[in-house]
Amino acid sequence: MKKFVLLIILILVLPLSLNAEVKEYKLDNGLKVLVIEDHKAPLATFQIWYRVGSRDEPAGKNGISHLLEHMMFKGTPKYGSKEFSKMVKKKGGVDNAFTTKDYTMYYQTLASDRIDISIELEADRMQNLILDPKEVIAERDVVMEERRMRYDDDPQNSLYEEVLAAAFKSHPYHWPVIGWMSDISSIEREGLLSHYKAYYSPDNAVIVVSGDVQADEIIKKITAAFGDISPASGRAVVTSKETEQKGERRISLRREAELPYIIALYHTPSFPHPDSYALEVLGMVLSGGKSSRLYKSMVYEKKLAIGASADYSGFNKDPYLFLFDATAAPGKDIKDVENALYVEIEKIKKELPSEREVQKAKNQIEASFIMGQDSIYYQAQIAGMFEMLGSWKLKEDYMENIKKVKPEDVTRVAKKYLHEDNRTVGILIPTKNPK
Amino acid sequence: MKNSKFKKVIISSIIFNFALLLYNFPLYALEANKKILPNGLTVLHSEKHNLPIVMITMIVKAGVLDEPKEKAGLAYLTAELLDEGTKSRKSSEISEEIEFIGAGLGASAGSDYTTITLSVLKKDIEKGFELFSDILLNPVFPKEELDRKRELIKGSLKQREEDPSFLAERSFKKEAFGEHPYGRLVEGSTETLSEITREDLLGFHLKYFIPNNAMLSVVGDLTPAELNSLIKQYLYSWEIAELPERKIHPMNEEKTKKAVKIDKDVTQATIIIGHLGISRDNPDYYAVSVMNYILGSGGFSSRLMQKIRDELGLAYDVRSFFTASKEKGLFQAEVQTKNESANTTTEEILKQIEKIRREEVSDEELSGAKDYLTGSFPRRLDTSRKMADFLATVEFYNLGLDYAEKYVSFINAVTKEDVQRVAGKYLDAENFVLIVVANQKKAGIRY
Repeated sequence: MKKFVLLIILILVLPLSLNAEVKEYKLDNGLKVLVIEDHKAPLATFQIWYRVGSRDEPAGKNGISHLLEHMMFKGTPKYGSKEFSKMVKKKGGVDNAFTTKDYTMYYQTLASDRIDISIELEADRMQNLILDPKEVIAERDVVMEERRMRYDDDPQNSLYEEVLAAAFKSHPYHWPVIGWMSDISSIEREGLLSHYKAYYSPDNAVIVVSGDVQADEIIKKITAAFGDISPASGRAVVTSKETEQKGERRISLRREAELPYIIALYHTPSFPHPDSYALEVLGMVLSGGKSSRLYKSMVYEKKLAIGASADYSGFNKDPYLFLFDATAAPGKDIKDVENALYVEIEKIKKELPSEREVQKAKNQIEASFIMGQDSIYYQAQIAGMFEMLGSWKLKEDYMENIKKVKPEDVTRVAKKYLHEDNRTVGILIPTKNPK
Repeated sequence: MKNSKFKKVIISSIIFNFALLLYNFPLYALEANKKILPNGLTVLHSEKHNLPIVMITMIVKAGVLDEPKEKAGLAYLTAELLDEGTKSRKSSEISEEIEFIGAGLGASAGSDYTTITLSVLKKDIEKGFELFSDILLNPVFPKEELDRKRELIKGSLKQREEDPSFLAERSFKKEAFGEHPYGRLVEGSTETLSEITREDLLGFHLKYFIPNNAMLSVVGDLTPAELNSLIKQYLYSWEIAELPERKIHPMNEEKTKKAVKIDKDVTQATIIIGHLGISRDNPDYYAVSVMNYILGSGGFSSRLMQKIRDELGLAYDVRSFFTASKEKGLFQAEVQTKNESANTTTEEILKQIEKIRREEVSDEELSGAKDYLTGSFPRRLDTSRKMADFLATVEFYNLGLDYAEKYVSFINAVTKEDVQRVAGKYLDAENFVLIVVANQKKAGIRY
């Protein structure tokens, strides 16, 4: 009885306390600013999101957005190469950036009374990047080393790159974020400069600040630093759509590796499509820990795989994918692994998952959402990710929509998307080292 | 929003987990209470009411240091099997119950100790704590679970051989530590894993998993009264027992130079250069932290990064670190560069090691390192999860709850002379172990 009462109180309190309040502003030049106050520690995160990624790249210049992200650390006339990073570190902070298919994000987390550094230096490098030709060539080498490390020498990641390219034919999600090697090596200052001019402008950016800051104070400072920067034109609008897939595509990759590995991809819509919430729950039912279906069946009972997972990847601007992967256990045939995967997929298409299973998935999604709020970086990131999809306000509806998902919805979306004609499969076939 | 390997498609411009091992202990505005229960269990507690969550970390002094050589992997297997069956629950019941409340429960062993963690919503703390105590106190290590887990670990060890860094790391530990337990993988090897029986696991658990050999750290939305009542209900039955003696393992400190070349069909050479370092209780720990920040752990502020990435474009990432453990740990510098640049890059790293040994660092470098190390306190403790882990570790290494002030004053006391002295004492550009995993034909290593 006591527990019951506690639960009711929490349900009443949760939506109020857990969706940290977001204050939204828009400057005259189109720059959007979101501020989330959280005063638990004297820290703040500053993030600036540019709506540009590998999705927006010209043919033959794949990887230009990511290389430009690297060049953003190489200095302006006022602040030299890496000076921003060094200033942040000197204040005990951390900074980094990453590029995805849809956007590029830069961030600093540091003591909240030092946040002015972020404001001043991000405004500076939005307008005044040097892009020294010599530095471009040096940084290209760095990115090529990064590519060798992340993809070329990692068999499973190589397969991922291959199978993704096969899944997307007409849509630019075909291109890897880091770029194909020959494209990276051909990118020069001119290309970077026009990419920078078109996409690094206030009307194509969103700032998210979270932590121990006062919203009205911070917006004044941001307006002072960014308010005079002119909006830009000349951005290409991506109109390509992926044509409907009508038949399974299969690729294989033969190379030195230890164990066979499979990736299977299905085209799916992204958030906030009405099916996206059921797809998120489906991912959890299949792959949310050791009690979920794929682990129990493929790893635990059949002992066919040393790992098996499903992941609905819905945080993309355009329709993206539901992904499966599994590594065969030593001595096991990858065909059997693949078949075992399809057995589980067929099962959830035929029989409704239990109420408890769906409730468990929802509980897992909700708990990780709540625990994530403990990090000011994560709070800002979630707001930014939803903003990239259209609006940070989608965040407010996310949990509500997840809670509405029923077992019937899970089976319905499984049937709708997880069918053979919509599937692209990649198999890693290990070869013996020839030496 | 859950973690997945597919999230690897996100590409960062810096890898930023710079070997925090060495300097992740500062304390900031962290009020914690410590007490010792009648059964010998040390309890650390800090209340945080910003969110309805509770984070728990327990350290048990049982790790690689406590297992026999021929049964390497025993501590690891014990930890892995804690949640695979108890007196009253089957493996599948444990995962079902914990996952139903959206909580995280897990255990893992390391060189010095085993960690058991629980992350749970406040409303489910009762259930979560009950499961936590059940896997801690009542594991039964079913034979079929042991067999299953053993095969999974063997499979994963095999798969990881695809990763050049794993091969380099494994070889480096073995060469640098020799016969010392730190020289082995925590997971053991295919051979030693086969030697471990159910009786070994039961015995290891019985001997080491006792309250007077453990510390519990709790951070989050929980009052002292609530915590006391949980402890009373679930951990009072945990009985004090004779404290097992922790052997000191002899370490071969003879200076040697050795190069190991591992041939693999890869585009990049993975290089590790290093040798024995310091233990966590070495008084020079703080001067070493400052010195190593300047050399290779300070990201874009470090000399290795500036030279090898920014000036020469030879690598995406290069770093150096000291792993300071209960016993003497390692110093190592690590880099990946295309096969053809392996010699040049190795040479540059050695030059930088030699330089910091021979010449004083600049005032700017010294203050930059100190400012970062002292100024990054709050950020390293900005979630309840991080705090819970931190409190447990501070207790394990006996640093004291006043570690905050001490750390800042120790770092601020480091002088340029100290930096040069510890560089001279703990770095060696003549006698070192060099590991190169590469296409050896293309790399043509000269060392």
